[in-house]
Amino acid sequence: MPKQVQQLDRVVIRFAGDSGDGMQLTGDRFTQESAVFGNDLVTLPNFPAEIRAPQGTLPGVSSFQVHIADHDIMTPGDAPDVLVAMNPAALKANLGDLPKGAAVIVDTHDFTARNLQKAGYADSPLDEGPDGPLADYQVHALDLTGMTVEAVKEYGLSRKDAARAKNMFALGLVSWMYGRPTEPTTAFLERRFAKVPPIRDANIAAFTAGWSFGETTEAFVSSYEVRPAPMPPGTYRNITGNLALAYGIVAAGVRSGLPVFLGSYPITPASDILHELSKHKGFGVTTFQAEDEIAGIGAAIGAAFSGSLGVTTTSGPGIALKSESIGLAVALELPLLVIDVQRGGPSTGLPTKTEQADLLQAMYGRNGEAPVPIVAPQTPGDCFDAALEAARIAITYRTPVMLLSDGYLANGSEPWRIPEITELPAIDPAFATEPNHGTDGDRGFWPYLRDEQTLARPWAVPGTPGLEHRIGGLEKGEGHGNISYDPANHDLMVRTRQAKVDRVADSLPPLEVDDPSATEGQGAKVLVVGWGSTYGPSAAAIRQVRRAGYHVAQVHLRHLNPFPHDLGRIVRSYDKVLVPEMNLGQLSLLLRAKYLVDAVGFNVVRGLPIKATELAEVIGQLVADAEGVTVDLSATPDEEGIA
Amino acid sequence: MTSTDLGLPTVHSGLDLVPTSDEPQNAKEYTSDQEVRWCPGCGDYAVLKAVQSFLPDLGLRRENIVFVSGIGCSSRFPYYLDTYGMHSIHGRAPSIATGIATSRPDLSVWVVTGDGDALSIGGNHLIHALRRNVNMTILLFNNRIYGLTKGQYSPTSEIGKVTKSTPVGSVDQPFNPVSLALGAEATFVARTVDSDRKHLTSVLSAAAAHRGTSLVEIYQNCPIFNDGAFDDLKGPDTKADAIIPLVHGEPITFGARDAETGMGNKALVRAAGGGVEIIETGAARPDQLMIHDAHNPDPTTAFAISRLTDAGVLHQSPIGIFRQVERPTYDDLARRQLTAAREESEAAPEDRLAALLGAGDSWTVL
Repeated sequence: MPKQVQQLDRVVIRFAGDSGDGMQLTGDRFTQESAVFGNDLVTLPNFPAEIRAPQGTLPGVSSFQVHIADHDIMTPGDAPDVLVAMNPAALKANLGDLPKGAAVIVDTHDFTARNLQKAGYADSPLDEGPDGPLADYQVHALDLTGMTVEAVKEYGLSRKDAARAKNMFALGLVSWMYGRPTEPTTAFLERRFAKVPPIRDANIAAFTAGWSFGETTEAFVSSYEVRPAPMPPGTYRNITGNLALAYGIVAAGVRSGLPVFLGSYPITPASDILHELSKHKGFGVTTFQAEDEIAGIGAAIGAAFSGSLGVTTTSGPGIALKSESIGLAVALELPLLVIDVQRGGPSTGLPTKTEQADLLQAMYGRNGEAPVPIVAPQTPGDCFDAALEAARIAITYRTPVMLLSDGYLANGSEPWRIPEITELPAIDPAFATEPNHGTDGDRGFWPYLRDEQTLARPWAVPGTPGLEHRIGGLEKGEGHGNISYDPANHDLMVRTRQAKVDRVADSLPPLEVDDPSATEGQGAKVLVVGWGSTYGPSAAAIRQVRRAGYHVAQVHLRHLNPFPHDLGRIVRSYDKVLVPEMNLGQLSLLLRAKYLVDAVGFNVVRGLPIKATELAEVIGQLVADAEGVTVDLSATPDEEGIA
Repeated sequence: MTSTDLGLPTVHSGLDLVPTSDEPQNAKEYTSDQEVRWCPGCGDYAVLKAVQSFLPDLGLRRENIVFVSGIGCSSRFPYYLDTYGMHSIHGRAPSIATGIATSRPDLSVWVVTGDGDALSIGGNHLIHALRRNVNMTILLFNNRIYGLTKGQYSPTSEIGKVTKSTPVGSVDQPFNPVSLALGAEATFVARTVDSDRKHLTSVLSAAAAHRGTSLVEIYQNCPIFNDGAFDDLKGPDTKADAIIPLVHGEPITFGARDAETGMGNKALVRAAGGGVEIIETGAARPDQLMIHDAHNPDPTTAFAISRLTDAGVLHQSPIGIFRQVERPTYDDLARRQLTAAREESEAAPEDRLAALLGAGDSWTVL
């Protein structure tokens, strides 16, 4: 008898196992299957900094959470509906995140006395009854490893190699549960293991066996369907933030006609941008893996001086090391992209976890008055557009630009509509080719003679005859660019560099304020202002508050420096301004300082994205205060459900 | 991991890809309009004059020459040359020059640095530039003191040096820049002296022609904070015994010259244990005399010779080209990979970008 198929509007699944169990790959495959199926989705990989932490221990647990839906969603989900736990440690580490009634699929194979002890269980939680830790969940205790070994025995693998395919068995089972297409994963395994046929065949067999097990076993009475989500027309692919950022840099090279030069030193979570760009030499992209962070940016500055689009990629600790060089680029007034994929700090901090605590470092982390434009992407796919925008500003205004991504955007993914190349902005390097100063008989080149509109100086690259000039970190005389210690000149130059960065705001479109009730004549009193990856949780929380019948407005900033011209007017027109951030209030500080508004922070620094339900409660409280009403969200479907 | 045959570069001179000029050039054209502001008597003047008069001889287009410097007295150098130039930050010039040289094969790239800039704050960039063998020439002005910060000991100052920061004498073991460069597997390592224009120019010519990173240590007198540090190498009565001249293909001898043979009265011979020792030339068997071989692929002997430099107060030092060998350069190899990748497709960049963005699993919503 065919099994029953239940309709769901969305589901959150978390795959968890030892860091050697292939959970990232499993989650990524499930994501790709769902993307091709047409769901909207958001992912949250979460893994330890250790490459192979001690096996079977809590610190060694690696997980991948994916949220799929038949409608537009904003976050990877606050809590999983389904947990797949490949060992006792994975169960223990993730159980606390599950709501009552969640489904738990457990591989029982590793529930040995030794592994239970490593995970901190005195007795197996699987053996405990209604008082045990699993009492509130639908538990499917299955020997996934045993079934995998059985399914692949014909390929003659060692027991260890055979057992390694257990992640594909689990993927097959969960793929059956949610009616995922299998072809993408089968094709992927054929490509991935093309050179080792027994491994290839064993993985495909394990994947197929997992699917078949779901279909035949009585352990699962029904499967589920999450239908494709309606999306605007276009061709889509699933993309992570780091990949989108790398593509954005390649696109900036193509659209500006400039060769790209990346100087970089490996650092988590930014290294994947270096890896990706090193594959694109055919686009004229040079990648230089430097001896340290400072040499990475130094080489990028050298390449920028020579007429390339200079780029350096790093995370917070690397920005600290590059600070003096960024200051040099400010003084030289050369185009440069400085990409900071933020992680938990201070110091080495939490290399694989996300945070937004480098905003003030980006703003102020240099000696002297050294203003730098700052842009931030808001979703993984948006990293592509943010890279292009950073390149536009850098090249147009001859300035280093900071791009602040973060670990969540870098490794998380979402469906991304592939743009037409002609939609992308064209960027004109407008190199100087002629002398710009003096009279007929005595024409010369002044490297600091500025464009009246942008205040940008001319970019004259070596090899251009007649424009030979010297630049450097010593203060320059306005116009001629020779060393100047003149007090009035220094005052002028400090103010001019600031004015140049401020003028970037002239090129920005008006902010988009999302305040649907305003058009109904009853504008919201509370405004949520965000930046970077808090976009998803903010939008999801705001939906929940609105569904409950309350008014709240949202504005999300792409540009952190300079702020758009209309931001001051906008933040002053609301009674309460809430700033959710994964730091202790850095954007709040800037808004308070610049606009004298009483911005309130919602600050979480757990190394994970802000939970939308928690943020919704905070918004609700502010709405209650501002409007003098009682706000109760408890009856409202949670943040991502359909009202 | 697999390794790939990268092939050998087909260009051999450091200037092979730099456009040349048909116009005759002179030192004046290479002199900028900026007033030179070193202290009176500074050795930097002599080096600047030598470089300004030597550059026209290269016959390059002036706009294709770039000088990059760090921080320190010598790092003001680019301001005084009418070429492209960058006065950067402390110690980082080799990394900036790496970006210039790697992205632009048509430029002649020069780094001007000092003992503090190159060996202290910038030590890491120096050794990595040398091992990568990026096509650039590094002029390391060694005055064995910090000048611009007014007289602290430097990483080449001798132990016991009394300075403002070491009132009872430095306890820091100094670097020997030539030994350091050889240890970093540099392909061109030379030493010269600020006051010997002829020798300086000949070394600069060889360095510019070398494809790869050339390191030229220039002993340079600081008349204010370390005056006379190199006097033994310059004094008419002392220099014959102080300078050990290295000339490729010739026996290495120094001291009073024999009018007939032209050889000095002291000679270098191989010592037990792999080193080099100095003996009376007259006491050496003819087959015992060391013939200088700068092209020896094994740097061991060059290193042994570099150890004859006094680490303390300088009374004796080998001068000349220690090592000059061919090895593929980082920038040539990196560009070769780009060229090979570019040749794989003739499609327009926009079309290739569209193909890249659309690659992999995708789906279409109508």
